[in-house]
Amino acid sequence: MKFTDVILQTSTKILVFIILTFSIYVMFAGHNNPGGGFIGGLITASALILLYIAFDVKTVHEIIPIDFKLIGAAGVLISLLTGIGSLALGYPFLSQAFAYRDLPLFGKTELATAVIFDLGVYMAVVGTTMTIILSIGEDE
Amino acid sequence: MSWLHFAVLSPFLFTLIVPLLNKNIRRIHTGWFVLAIPLLLFIYFLGHFPLDPAVAPVVHSLPWIPSLGIHFTLYLDGLALLLLLIITGIGTLVVLYSIYYMSMEREALHNFYVYLLIFMGAMLGIVLSDNLLVLYGFWEMTSVSSFLLIAYWYQRSKSRYGAQKSMLITVSGGFSMLFGFILLHKIAGTFSIREIIAMSGDIADHALFIPAMLLILLGAFTKSAQFPFHIWLPDAMEAPTPISAYLHSATMVKAGVYLVARLTPIFGGNMEWFWIITIFGLITLFWGSFMAIRQNDLKALLAYSTISQLGLIMSLLGIGSAALNANFSDQALLFSGAALAAVFHLFNHSIFKGCLFMVIGILDHETGTRDIRKLGGLMSIMPISFTLTVIGGLSMAGLPPFSGFLSKEMFFTGVLTAARNMDQWVFLLPAVAWVASILTFVYCLILVFKTFTGPYQPQRLDKTPHEAPVGMLISPGILAVLVVVFFFFPNLLSLSLLEPALHSIMPNLLPPGERFDVSISAWHGFNTELIMTIGIILLGTMLYIYLKNWSGIYDTLPRKYTLNNAYDKGLTGMERMSLKFTSTYMTGFLHNYLSYIFVVMICLTAGTLLGQGVFTIDLSTNSSIELYEFMLGISVVIAAVYIVFSRSRMTSIIAVGSIGYMVSLFFVIFRAPDLALTQLVVETITTALFLLCFYYLPKMKKELSRLRFKISNLLISLGVGITLTLIGLSVQGHNLFDSIARYFENSYELAGAKNIVNSLLVDFRAFDTMLEIVVLFTAGIAVYNLIKLRENRRNNR
Repeated sequence: MKFTDVILQTSTKILVFIILTFSIYVMFAGHNNPGGGFIGGLITASALILLYIAFDVKTVHEIIPIDFKLIGAAGVLISLLTGIGSLALGYPFLSQAFAYRDLPLFGKTELATAVIFDLGVYMAVVGTTMTIILSIGEDE
Repeated sequence: MSWLHFAVLSPFLFTLIVPLLNKNIRRIHTGWFVLAIPLLLFIYFLGHFPLDPAVAPVVHSLPWIPSLGIHFTLYLDGLALLLLLIITGIGTLVVLYSIYYMSMEREALHNFYVYLLIFMGAMLGIVLSDNLLVLYGFWEMTSVSSFLLIAYWYQRSKSRYGAQKSMLITVSGGFSMLFGFILLHKIAGTFSIREIIAMSGDIADHALFIPAMLLILLGAFTKSAQFPFHIWLPDAMEAPTPISAYLHSATMVKAGVYLVARLTPIFGGNMEWFWIITIFGLITLFWGSFMAIRQNDLKALLAYSTISQLGLIMSLLGIGSAALNANFSDQALLFSGAALAAVFHLFNHSIFKGCLFMVIGILDHETGTRDIRKLGGLMSIMPISFTLTVIGGLSMAGLPPFSGFLSKEMFFTGVLTAARNMDQWVFLLPAVAWVASILTFVYCLILVFKTFTGPYQPQRLDKTPHEAPVGMLISPGILAVLVVVFFFFPNLLSLSLLEPALHSIMPNLLPPGERFDVSISAWHGFNTELIMTIGIILLGTMLYIYLKNWSGIYDTLPRKYTLNNAYDKGLTGMERMSLKFTSTYMTGFLHNYLSYIFVVMICLTAGTLLGQGVFTIDLSTNSSIELYEFMLGISVVIAAVYIVFSRSRMTSIIAVGSIGYMVSLFFVIFRAPDLALTQLVVETITTALFLLCFYYLPKMKKELSRLRFKISNLLISLGVGITLTLIGLSVQGHNLFDSIARYFENSYELAGAKNIVNSLLVDFRAFDTMLEIVVLFTAGIAVYNLIKLRENRRNNR
C-alpha cells in the first residue's frame, strides 16, 4: 500500500492530532459522559490508521516505533491487575471504588479505579486493532 | 492471607525473579538462589512438628469464589505434614544435587528452575488443600509442570514422546477425577473434604457414591502409575535425573497415594474400595517388579521399581481401609497397622528411591551411559557411589539394617492380617506379595551387582569414570544416612510423624484423646514374616544366579500385545479418525462455513419460534414512525440490495460502510450516544480493514456457478432475513424477564458514574469486559501469528 497524496498527507498531519486529543478526552470522559475505553481505543486506532494510509507503513513506523502487541498485552495485564488489586485488599475480584478528592489545578475531582480498568481496555483495544491491521497491511 | 497461604504461594512468586537472576547473575549457579525456597519451607514446616493430637489442626481459609463454594482453604494435619516434609526436604536435596548436575554453561537453567518451583508449589497446594476443586487445580498444575520437565530436553524426540504420554494419561485421569469430585459435591453439597468426612456415614448409600469413587480412583491410579496406566512412568525417565528423583519417585507419583489416603475416611468403609485398591495395588506390585528385571537401562529399572513400590503402598492402603468396615470392627486395629505400614513405606520409599536415582544420575554423569550391559566393575573406581547404591538397593529389597526392612515386614503383616481375617480367596494376597518381593530382591541385586561388580569395560564407556564431586554426593549421602538411622530409631518417626498421619487417615477409629500404638521394632521373634523374608533371600539369590536360564519368558509375549503398543496404536488411530471426520466438513471454503452457521441458526431460532408458537406481533406500545426514520430505513434497504448486485468490491465495501453509518444514525435518533459513537468508529475501522484485505484479492469475476448452488444460497439468505425479521417483530410482544433497568438506575450511588453504559462495562459487568478484551487480544495475536508464520515459511523455502 503505497501512494502519495499531498492533500491527504497535509490534512492528516493536522487531523491526527485532533483525533488523538479527542480520543483521549473520550476515554477519560467515559465515566460520566458518552465515551469510555473501548470507544477511545477505537478512535485512537482510527487516527493511527489514517496516518498509515496517508503515509506508508515504514515511514510511520520510523516516527512511532511502538510494538502494538506489547500495548495490547499491557492493557490486558492492567485490567487483570486492577481486579487482583481488589482481591489483595480483601474485596471480591474486580470490585471498583471511587472517591472525591481536591486536587491542585483540577479542583474537586472524582478518582475511580474503574478508570484504571478502562485504561486497560483502551490499551488492549488500540494494541489489538493495530496489530491486526498492521500484520495484514505489512503482508506481502 | 495467612503465613500458610504465603508458604504455598511462595514458590510461584519466586518464579518471577528466577529468569532475572539467571540473566543478570551469570557467575553464580541459579540453583543456589532457588535452594533457599525449599530450605526455608522445610524449616517452616518443621515448626509445626510434632503435631499434638490434642490441639486442633491448623486451618486457614480464604474465600475465593464463595458463590460456588470454592474457598482456598488450607488444612495442615498429620498426613499433610508428612508429605510436606518429604516435598520440601527431598526438594532441598534435589535442588542442591541439581546445582552440580545441571551445567551452568550449557543448560537453560531458568526454565528448569521455574518449572521445578511451579511443581513444588502445586504439590504443596495438593497436600494442603481442603477444597476438592482447589486440589484439582493444583493436581493438574503438577501434570503440566511434569510435562514441561520431561520435555526439558525437547530437542530429543523421545523426551517429547514421554512428555506427551505422561500428559495424556495423567490429565485424562485427572479429568475423570474432576467428574468424581463434582459427583461428590452433588452428593454431599460441599467441596470441603473435612465437611464431607464429617457426613461420611450418611452419604454412602447414595446412588452416585460408587461412580464418584470409581472416577476419583481413576485419577489417583493414573497419577500414581498403577497398572494398567503405569506405562507413562518409564517414558518419563527422559527427564533430567534430579527431576526423576523428585517428581517421578518421591513426590508427584505419591499424589495418587496421598489422595487415596486422604479420602479413605469417606470411602474406606466400602468393600469395593478395599477390593479395587488392594487388587490393583498387588497387580502393579507384581507387574512392576517383574518388568524391572528385564530392563537394561538403569533408570528404566528404577522406574519399574517405583511402579512396583507404589503398588505396594496402594495395596497397603486398600487393606488398611478394611479397618473402617463394620464387618471387621473387632480387627480394626490390626487392619489399621497396614495403613501405618503404608505411610511408613511411603516415607521410606521417598528416601531410598531418591538416593538411588541420584546415584544413577552420578553414574550417568561420570560414565556417560546408564546401560547395565556396558557398566560393570566400578566398585573400586567409585567406592562412595557403590556404598550408597548398596544402602539404597538393599533397603528397597527389604534387608536389615535398613529402614526398608521394617516397612517390608509390616507389609507382610498387613497381607497376612487380611488373609487370616477374611475368607474367600484372600489367601492369594500373601502369595502374590511374596512372589513380587522375590522379584524385587532380584532386581535390587541386578542394580547393585551388575553395575559395580563383574568385568570393567572402559572401552565401551564414553568417558573415563571417576568418583563424583563432593557436592553431588552430599544429597544421596544424607538420604543414605537417614535410611540407616530410621532402621535403628524408627520410633523417632513413628510417634511424631506417622501416628498423626494415621490419625488423619482414620480419624474416627479411636475414641477422642487416644493414640494409635505405633511402636515399630525390627525383631518380632521367629514369625511368618521373618520366614517369608528368609525365603525371599534364598529364592531371590537363586533366581539372580540363574537369571540367564529363565529370562526367556520375557519374550513369550509378542510386542503386538503390550500395553505400550495399544497406547501407540490408539493414539495414531484416534488422530486418523479425527482427521477423517474433520476433513469431511472443513473444506477450506469460506462460503461453506458461513452456510453451516446460517443453516444451524435458522433451524434453531426459526424452529423454536414457530415450533413453540411464540411468534406474535404487538405494535400497540410502539411510538409512531416518523418520516425521517422511514427514509433512513429505506436507504438501508437500498444499500443492502445494492451490495448483492454490485460488480466491484470497492463499491460494495462502501455500501456496507454506509449501512453501518445509517445504523449509527438510528442510534442517535434513539438517544444512545455511546452506541452511536462506537458504531461509527467500528464502521470506519472495518472499512479500512476491508480495503486492506480486498487489496490482495483477485479482481471480482462474474460468478459462473451452477443453478443449484445459487438457489441454496438464495434460500439460506432469505431464511436468515426472515428469521431475524420475525424475531425483531415478536420481541415486543414478550416480557420474559424483569427489566434490568432499575438495577442501573442507581449507578451514580454505587459506581459514582453518571454514564450508565460505561459503568455497566467497567464496573457492574467488569468481569465480562475483562474476558472480552482477553478474547480480543487473543484473536489479534492469532491473526498476527497466522500471517507471520506463513511469511516465515515462505522465507525458509
